[in-house]
Amino acid sequence: MDLYKLSLSEIAKKIKSKEVSIKDVLDSVYSRIEDVESKINAYVTLTKENAYKRAEILQIKLDAGEDIGVLGGVPIAIKDNICIKDVKTTCSSRMLQNFVPPYTATVVEKLENMGAIVLGKTNMDEFAMGSSTESSYIKKTCNPWDLSRVPGGSSGGSAASVSADMAYASLGSDTGGSIRQPASLCSVVGLKPTYGVVSRYGLVAFASSLDQIGPFSKTVEDAAIMLNAISGHDTMDSTSADIEYPDYTKSLVNDVNGFKIGIPTKFISEGLNPDVKKAYEESIELLKNKGAQIVEIDLDYAKYSLAVYYILATAEASSNLGRYDGIKYGYRTKDFDDLTDLYKKSRTEGFGAEVKRRIILGTYVLSSGYYDAYYKKAQQVRTLIINDFKKAYEKVDVIMVPTAPNTAFKFGEKTENPIEMYLEDIFTVPVNIAGLPGISIPCGFDSKNMPIGLQFIADAFEESKLLRVAYTYEQNTGFHKIKPEIK
Amino acid sequence: MSVSKEQVKHIANLARLKLSDEELEKYTNSLSDIVDFAESLNEVDVSNVEPTAHILKIQNVFRKDELKESFDREELFKNAPTKESGCISVPKVVE
Repeated sequence: MDLYKLSLSEIAKKIKSKEVSIKDVLDSVYSRIEDVESKINAYVTLTKENAYKRAEILQIKLDAGEDIGVLGGVPIAIKDNICIKDVKTTCSSRMLQNFVPPYTATVVEKLENMGAIVLGKTNMDEFAMGSSTESSYIKKTCNPWDLSRVPGGSSGGSAASVSADMAYASLGSDTGGSIRQPASLCSVVGLKPTYGVVSRYGLVAFASSLDQIGPFSKTVEDAAIMLNAISGHDTMDSTSADIEYPDYTKSLVNDVNGFKIGIPTKFISEGLNPDVKKAYEESIELLKNKGAQIVEIDLDYAKYSLAVYYILATAEASSNLGRYDGIKYGYRTKDFDDLTDLYKKSRTEGFGAEVKRRIILGTYVLSSGYYDAYYKKAQQVRTLIINDFKKAYEKVDVIMVPTAPNTAFKFGEKTENPIEMYLEDIFTVPVNIAGLPGISIPCGFDSKNMPIGLQFIADAFEESKLLRVAYTYEQNTGFHKIKPEIK
Repeated sequence: MSVSKEQVKHIANLARLKLSDEELEKYTNSLSDIVDFAESLNEVDVSNVEPTAHILKIQNVFRKDELKESFDREELFKNAPTKESGCISVPKVVE
């Protein structure tokens, strides 16, 4: 039996019952990586030595009858913008190519406390800015379903690693769709929790009012298990929510009878690929047949989300990325005349084209004379978008939209025109603006056999509703069981 | 063109970035496109609408002022490009 093919919950059970050893599991996954990684390029760094050391320690504990946690011995991958002490964290940027963090992110600590083993760090768009992972300085990650196409982004490596069975689950970060969109393009489950549900301590900041860490997994059940492990209040992140956290696996109920699902027909009518539209409409039918009530809703301001996003996200990014000055850590240029020249050359040589574009745009919208016209206005429209959602949740339990308007595109297809690339995030961005939880799950394939994703969006802190409807859909379809043939 | 080359040059300087002539051309074009795209917000009536900075209802988050173990100095300095006598060294800033 190929152990690497199993789901997270399946392998965790086998380890716990001692049907397999943790070393067997690691051997299986690393040999899978050896077989297909040269084609996919999902990983920036592999932490093989540490992984085997941890496997040994965990096995000894397990054999001694100790509880090694719900993720005991399960290998997972971490996006390369989440810090692990003494492991390079590059953000797929030349700027941080040699950065070795002196501390570990809270999410990784939590996963390890639950017994998980880190396999390695995954590739991404530079500083998480992009929707295709093509802006990585390190390498080009390919979509396991078609190696000539992008895996989506920015968490492309995390999505591809799970899709290609090179990890049982992974962590990504989502600022405007960076978990859900690649999950959709690679046919895996991707969950972006409510802003504040998962600690961001140790996540390299992109846009602080929008960023959130979340899991990629092979099944909805595994997403619930991962969310249980990583959610919770953290004193190291002042924006982390101090609330009562439920057991998310309790929401894995195959029943949506009487569940109200909102459909914003007007918002999703433009620019939708016909195959995606068809899969979406079939999904509505299926849930209707399962007893869900389909309710028409209006999200009048959602169409302004992209404009709001590219003002707010770049403004926050230009300020967050001000810290890269070539002084304390990160890339420093070799030759310079004076301090200003050192700053300028280090930043110019250390950042890639898309990052520079966003820093310039962000600096522009924050600069004197433009602040009110752009930044403040975007924050006001943000309020209107949030109010739209609030009104909708008075009537419905969840909102359902496609995850992305298109399926995986070819390399280079959208790199020339940044707005075309930005439009890929049209259905995911409103969720970050309103700080809501969203999940993308596999819902079919287009005429070229490229995966299509379905997105559910719930009100803040209502992840349980998301998981319930996603689980029901998954259990009644089975798209998640179809795996890519890597060639 | 809603943004001029001169403006982009000025902004790049504020952001401490150097642009080649080719990059200046490229960024001026794409910045203009994005700014034009963002102009769609002008259709929206935002009078009497409060701006939202983030969605959580939190203000100041304080912790107790207690002594805790902090980072090891040597360890923090490991990533600094140049060091001297236990400090990060920088080029001369005052004449």
